[in-house]
Amino acid sequence: MSLLSICDWLAMTPGSVALHESRYLYLIVLTVHVMTLFVFVGIAVMLNLRLMGVTMSRVPVSEVVGRLLPWIVAGFLVMVISGLLLFYADPLEKYGNLFFRAKMGLLVLAGVNVWVFYTTAYRRVVEWDLDPVPPGRARLAGGVSLVLWAAIITAGRMIPYQAYWFD
Amino acid sequence: MSLLELFQWLEYSSLLVAMRSSPWLFPVIATIHLLGLAVLGGAVLVVDLRLLGLGLSRQPPAQLARDAQPLLLGSLVIMLLTGLLLFMCFATKYYYLTAFWVKLASLFLAVVFTFTIRRRVVTAGETTLRAMWSRPTALVSVSLWASVLLTGRLIGFP
Repeated sequence: MSLLSICDWLAMTPGSVALHESRYLYLIVLTVHVMTLFVFVGIAVMLNLRLMGVTMSRVPVSEVVGRLLPWIVAGFLVMVISGLLLFYADPLEKYGNLFFRAKMGLLVLAGVNVWVFYTTAYRRVVEWDLDPVPPGRARLAGGVSLVLWAAIITAGRMIPYQAYWFD
Repeated sequence: MSLLELFQWLEYSSLLVAMRSSPWLFPVIATIHLLGLAVLGGAVLVVDLRLLGLGLSRQPPAQLARDAQPLLLGSLVIMLLTGLLLFMCFATKYYYLTAFWVKLASLFLAVVFTFTIRRRVVTAGETTLRAMWSRPTALVSVSLWASVLLTGRLIGFP
Protein backbone atom coordinates (compact mmCIF):
# COMPACT_ATOMS: atom_id res chain seq x y z
CA MET A 1 0.00 0.00 0.00
CA SER A 2 1.57 3.26 -1.10
CA LEU A 3 1.56 6.54 0.81
CA LEU A 4 -0.54 8.05 -1.97
CA SER A 5 -3.23 5.38 -1.71
CA ILE A 6 -3.37 5.90 2.08
CA CYS A 7 -3.85 9.65 1.51
CA ASP A 8 -6.44 8.85 -1.11
CA TRP A 9 -8.36 6.64 1.30
CA LEU A 10 -7.98 9.17 4.15
CA ALA A 11 -9.41 11.95 1.98
CA MET A 12 -12.58 9.87 1.43
CA THR A 13 -13.28 9.31 5.13
CA PRO A 14 -16.27 11.29 6.44
CA GLY A 15 -14.15 13.05 9.11
CA SER A 16 -11.73 14.39 6.53
CA VAL A 17 -14.53 15.63 4.28
CA ALA A 18 -16.33 17.23 7.24
CA LEU A 19 -13.18 19.03 8.43
CA HIS A 20 -12.38 20.14 4.90
CA GLU A 21 -15.86 21.50 4.32
CA SER A 22 -16.34 22.98 7.79
CA ARG A 23 -16.83 26.71 8.00
CA TYR A 24 -15.12 27.34 11.34
CA LEU A 25 -13.53 24.16 12.69
CA TYR A 26 -10.69 24.14 10.15
CA LEU A 27 -9.89 27.79 10.89
CA ILE A 28 -9.98 27.11 14.64
CA VAL A 29 -7.53 24.20 14.27
CA LEU A 30 -5.31 26.38 12.06
CA THR A 31 -5.38 29.15 14.69
CA VAL A 32 -4.41 26.69 17.45
CA HIS A 33 -1.57 25.41 15.24
CA VAL A 34 -0.22 28.92 14.70
CA MET A 35 -0.60 29.84 18.39
CA THR A 36 1.61 26.91 19.41
CA LEU A 37 4.42 28.82 17.66
CA PHE A 38 4.25 31.36 20.46
CA VAL A 39 4.27 28.74 23.23
CA PHE A 40 6.14 25.71 21.95
CA VAL A 41 8.66 27.19 19.52
CA GLY A 42 8.98 30.29 21.71
CA ILE A 43 10.06 28.38 24.82
CA ALA A 44 12.20 26.02 22.72
CA VAL A 45 13.98 29.09 21.31
CA MET A 46 14.88 30.16 24.87
CA LEU A 47 16.24 26.68 25.67
CA ASN A 48 18.27 26.61 22.45
CA LEU A 49 19.65 30.09 23.09
CA ARG A 50 20.70 28.95 26.57
CA LEU A 51 22.51 25.99 24.98
CA MET A 52 24.28 28.50 22.71
CA GLY A 53 25.28 30.64 25.69
CA VAL A 54 23.26 33.61 24.43
CA THR A 55 20.71 34.02 27.21
CA MET A 56 20.05 33.07 30.87
CA SER A 57 23.74 32.22 31.21
CA ARG A 58 23.52 32.22 35.02
CA VAL A 59 20.79 29.57 35.05
CA PRO A 60 22.08 25.94 35.11
CA VAL A 61 21.32 24.18 31.82
CA SER A 62 19.78 21.20 33.63
CA GLU A 63 17.38 23.57 35.39
CA VAL A 64 16.36 25.21 32.11
CA VAL A 65 15.79 21.77 30.58
CA GLY A 66 14.05 20.34 33.64
CA ARG A 67 11.69 23.27 34.19
CA LEU A 68 10.96 24.28 30.59
CA LEU A 69 10.91 20.92 28.83
CA PRO A 70 7.45 19.96 30.18
CA TRP A 71 6.03 23.13 28.56
CA ILE A 72 7.90 22.43 25.34
CA VAL A 73 6.63 18.83 25.24
CA ALA A 74 3.04 19.89 26.03
CA GLY A 75 3.15 22.62 23.36
CA PHE A 76 4.68 20.19 20.89
CA LEU A 77 1.85 17.71 21.46
CA VAL A 78 -0.78 20.39 20.78
CA MET A 79 1.17 21.40 17.69
CA VAL A 80 1.38 17.81 16.41
CA ILE A 81 -2.31 17.08 17.07
CA SER A 82 -3.47 20.30 15.38
CA GLY A 83 -1.00 19.65 12.56
CA LEU A 84 -2.30 16.11 12.06
CA LEU A 85 -5.86 17.47 11.89
CA LEU A 86 -4.80 20.03 9.27
CA PHE A 87 -3.25 17.21 7.27
CA TYR A 88 -6.36 15.07 7.77
CA ALA A 89 -8.52 17.87 6.31
CA ASP A 90 -6.57 17.80 3.06
CA PRO A 91 -4.36 14.70 2.71
CA LEU A 92 -4.02 14.66 -1.08
CA GLU A 93 -3.24 18.35 -1.44
CA LYS A 94 -0.63 18.05 1.35
CA TYR A 95 0.81 14.86 -0.18
CA GLY A 96 1.56 16.67 -3.41
CA ASN A 97 2.82 19.85 -1.78
CA LEU A 98 6.61 20.26 -1.93
CA PHE A 99 6.72 22.67 1.01
CA PHE A 100 4.78 20.16 3.11
CA ARG A 101 7.21 17.39 2.17
CA ALA A 102 10.17 19.64 2.99
CA LYS A 103 8.55 20.48 6.31
CA MET A 104 8.13 16.80 7.22
CA GLY A 105 11.74 16.07 6.28
CA LEU A 106 12.95 19.01 8.39
CA LEU A 107 10.84 17.79 11.34
CA VAL A 108 12.59 14.42 11.19
CA LEU A 109 15.97 16.19 11.16
CA ALA A 110 14.90 18.27 14.18
CA GLY A 111 13.99 15.01 15.98
CA VAL A 112 17.37 13.45 15.11
CA ASN A 113 19.12 16.59 16.40
CA VAL A 114 17.31 16.31 19.75
CA TRP A 115 18.09 12.60 19.98
CA VAL A 116 21.78 13.12 19.24
CA PHE A 117 21.99 15.92 21.81
CA TYR A 118 20.37 13.89 24.58
CA THR A 119 22.42 10.78 23.92
CA THR A 120 25.77 12.59 23.70
CA ALA A 121 26.41 16.11 25.07
CA TYR A 122 23.51 16.15 27.54
CA ARG A 123 24.63 12.89 29.17
CA ARG A 124 27.60 14.75 30.62
CA VAL A 125 25.65 17.88 31.49
CA VAL A 126 26.94 17.76 35.09
CA GLU A 127 30.38 18.66 33.72
CA TRP A 128 29.15 21.88 32.04
CA ASP A 129 25.84 22.60 33.74
CA LEU A 130 26.99 25.95 35.13
CA ASP A 131 29.10 27.07 32.16
CA PRO A 132 27.77 30.41 30.89
CA VAL A 133 28.74 29.21 27.40
CA PRO A 134 28.24 25.42 27.02
CA PRO A 135 30.72 23.25 25.05
CA GLY A 136 30.74 23.14 21.26
CA ARG A 137 28.46 20.12 20.83
CA ALA A 138 25.73 21.67 22.96
CA ARG A 139 26.06 25.01 21.17
CA LEU A 140 25.88 23.18 17.86
CA ALA A 141 22.71 21.30 18.89
CA GLY A 142 21.09 24.60 19.93
CA GLY A 143 22.09 26.36 16.71
CA VAL A 144 21.00 23.47 14.47
CA SER A 145 17.66 23.35 16.26
CA LEU A 146 17.09 27.11 15.76
CA VAL A 147 17.95 26.90 12.05
CA LEU A 148 15.73 23.83 11.57
CA TRP A 149 12.74 25.42 13.32
CA ALA A 150 13.13 28.61 11.31
CA ALA A 151 13.12 26.44 8.17
CA ILE A 152 10.11 24.44 9.42
CA ILE A 153 8.12 27.64 10.06
CA THR A 154 9.14 28.99 6.65
CA ALA A 155 8.17 25.79 4.82
CA GLY A 156 4.89 25.65 6.73
CA ARG A 157 4.00 29.24 5.91
CA MET A 158 4.74 28.59 2.24
CA ILE A 159 2.46 25.54 1.94
CA PRO A 160 -0.47 27.58 0.51
CA TYR A 161 1.87 29.35 -1.92
CA GLN A 162 3.22 26.33 -3.79
CA ALA A 163 1.59 27.48 -7.04
CA TYR A 164 3.44 30.83 -6.92
CA TRP A 165 6.81 29.14 -6.64
CA PHE A 166 6.61 26.07 -8.79
CA ASP A 167 3.91 26.54 -11.41
CA MET B 1 -6.91 63.66 4.93
CA SER B 2 -9.07 61.06 6.66
CA LEU B 3 -7.67 57.82 8.07
CA LEU B 4 -9.26 55.86 5.25
CA GLU B 5 -7.63 58.15 2.67
CA LEU B 6 -4.28 57.65 4.40
CA PHE B 7 -4.73 53.86 4.28
CA GLN B 8 -5.70 54.02 0.61
CA TRP B 9 -2.72 56.22 -0.15
CA LEU B 10 -0.41 53.72 1.63
CA GLU B 11 -1.87 50.73 -0.16
CA TYR B 12 -1.62 52.35 -3.60
CA SER B 13 1.75 54.04 -3.09
CA SER B 14 4.34 53.11 -5.71
CA LEU B 15 6.34 51.04 -3.16
CA LEU B 16 3.32 48.92 -2.30
CA VAL B 17 2.18 48.51 -5.88
CA ALA B 18 5.69 47.25 -6.67
CA MET B 19 5.56 44.92 -3.64
CA ARG B 20 2.23 43.43 -4.66
CA SER B 21 3.43 42.80 -8.18
CA SER B 22 5.78 40.20 -6.69
CA PRO B 23 3.61 37.28 -5.54
CA TRP B 24 6.14 35.87 -3.09
CA LEU B 25 7.07 39.03 -1.21
CA PHE B 26 3.94 38.96 0.99
CA PRO B 27 4.46 35.34 2.18
CA VAL B 28 8.17 36.00 2.74
CA ILE B 29 7.46 39.04 4.93
CA ALA B 30 4.66 37.11 6.68
CA THR B 31 7.18 34.33 7.42
CA ILE B 32 9.64 36.79 9.00
CA HIS B 33 6.69 38.13 11.02
CA LEU B 34 6.03 34.56 12.28
CA LEU B 35 9.70 33.96 13.13
CA GLY B 36 9.55 37.13 15.21
CA LEU B 37 6.42 35.77 16.89
CA ALA B 38 8.23 32.62 18.04
CA VAL B 39 11.09 34.59 19.61
CA LEU B 40 8.64 37.03 21.21
CA GLY B 41 6.70 34.07 22.67
CA GLY B 42 9.81 32.73 24.37
CA ALA B 43 10.86 36.13 25.72
CA VAL B 44 7.38 36.84 27.11
CA LEU B 45 6.54 33.39 28.47
CA VAL B 46 9.81 32.69 30.29
CA VAL B 47 9.05 35.70 32.51
CA ASP B 48 5.27 35.21 32.74
CA LEU B 49 5.65 31.52 33.65
CA ARG B 50 8.06 32.57 36.38
CA LEU B 51 5.57 35.14 37.71
CA LEU B 52 2.98 32.37 37.81
CA GLY B 53 5.36 30.26 39.92
CA LEU B 54 5.93 27.87 37.01
CA GLY B 55 8.88 27.36 34.73
CA LEU B 56 12.19 28.64 36.12
CA SER B 57 10.77 29.21 39.60
CA ARG B 58 14.15 29.19 41.34
CA GLN B 59 15.35 32.25 39.43
CA PRO B 60 14.59 35.87 40.36
CA PRO B 61 12.06 37.27 37.85
CA ALA B 62 14.13 40.45 37.48
CA GLN B 63 17.13 38.39 36.28
CA LEU B 64 15.03 36.44 33.76
CA ALA B 65 13.45 39.65 32.50
CA ARG B 66 16.90 41.21 32.05
CA ASP B 67 18.03 38.13 30.08
CA ALA B 68 14.89 38.15 27.93
CA GLN B 69 14.91 41.92 27.33
CA PRO B 70 17.09 42.01 24.16
CA LEU B 71 15.04 39.17 22.64
CA LEU B 72 11.79 40.91 23.57
CA LEU B 73 12.89 44.23 22.07
CA GLY B 74 14.52 42.64 19.01
CA SER B 75 11.51 40.49 18.16
CA LEU B 76 9.12 43.40 18.77
CA VAL B 77 11.07 45.62 16.35
CA ILE B 78 11.08 42.87 13.69
CA MET B 79 7.35 42.26 14.17
CA LEU B 80 6.49 45.96 14.02
CA LEU B 81 8.53 46.54 10.84
CA THR B 82 7.24 43.44 9.02
CA GLY B 83 3.75 44.04 10.43
CA LEU B 84 3.72 47.56 9.00
CA LEU B 85 4.65 46.21 5.55
CA LEU B 86 1.98 43.48 5.76
CA PHE B 87 -0.57 46.08 6.83
CA MET B 88 0.34 48.37 3.93
CA CYS B 89 -0.25 45.55 1.45
CA PHE B 90 -3.94 45.41 2.37
CA ALA B 91 -4.50 48.64 4.29
CA THR B 92 -8.03 49.35 3.04
CA LYS B 93 -9.17 45.78 3.76
CA TYR B 94 -7.96 46.13 7.36
CA TYR B 95 -9.64 49.52 7.74
CA TYR B 96 -13.01 47.76 7.63
CA LEU B 97 -12.02 44.83 9.90
CA THR B 98 -12.96 45.15 13.56
CA ALA B 99 -10.36 42.46 14.37
CA PHE B 100 -7.61 44.71 12.98
CA TRP B 101 -8.51 47.58 15.33
CA VAL B 102 -8.83 45.16 18.27
CA LYS B 103 -5.38 43.84 17.39
CA LEU B 104 -3.88 47.34 17.35
CA ALA B 105 -5.51 48.17 20.68
CA SER B 106 -4.36 44.86 22.27
CA LEU B 107 -0.84 45.36 20.94
CA PHE B 108 -0.71 48.90 22.29
CA LEU B 109 -1.98 47.73 25.69
CA ALA B 110 0.38 44.71 25.74
CA VAL B 111 3.45 46.85 25.03
CA VAL B 112 2.47 49.60 27.48
CA PHE B 113 1.59 47.03 30.16
CA THR B 114 4.88 45.16 29.64
CA PHE B 115 7.05 48.25 30.01
CA THR B 116 5.13 49.82 32.90
CA ILE B 117 3.17 47.65 35.34
CA ARG B 118 4.81 44.33 34.46
CA ARG B 119 8.30 45.81 34.65
CA ARG B 120 7.44 47.31 38.04
CA VAL B 121 6.24 43.94 39.40
CA VAL B 122 9.15 42.01 37.87
CA THR B 123 11.78 44.29 39.40
CA ALA B 124 10.03 44.52 42.78
CA GLY B 125 12.22 41.94 44.55
CA GLU B 126 10.90 39.82 47.41
CA THR B 127 8.22 42.27 48.46
CA THR B 128 4.51 42.07 49.20
CA LEU B 129 3.97 43.99 45.95
CA ARG B 130 5.41 41.07 44.02
CA ALA B 131 3.77 38.41 46.17
CA MET B 132 0.36 39.96 45.58
CA TRP B 133 0.65 41.06 41.97
CA SER B 134 2.85 38.45 40.23
CA ARG B 135 0.04 36.16 39.17
CA PRO B 136 -2.50 38.78 38.07
CA THR B 137 0.27 40.57 36.14
CA ALA B 138 1.31 37.42 34.30
CA LEU B 139 -2.31 36.55 33.52
CA VAL B 140 -2.98 40.03 32.10
CA SER B 141 0.25 39.87 30.07
CA VAL B 142 -0.56 36.43 28.61
CA SER B 143 -4.18 37.45 27.90
CA LEU B 144 -3.14 40.62 26.08
CA TRP B 145 -0.63 38.76 23.91
CA ALA B 146 -3.17 36.01 23.25
CA SER B 147 -5.58 38.67 22.07
CA VAL B 148 -2.91 40.10 19.74
CA LEU B 149 -2.24 36.62 18.34
CA LEU B 150 -5.89 35.68 17.91
CA THR B 151 -6.93 38.91 16.19
CA GLY B 152 -3.73 38.78 14.14
CA ARG B 153 -4.71 35.33 12.90
CA LEU B 154 -8.30 36.49 12.30
CA ILE B 155 -7.35 39.38 10.00
CA GLY B 156 -5.47 36.96 7.76
CA PHE B 157 -8.55 34.86 7.09
CA PRO B 158 -10.44 35.33 3.82
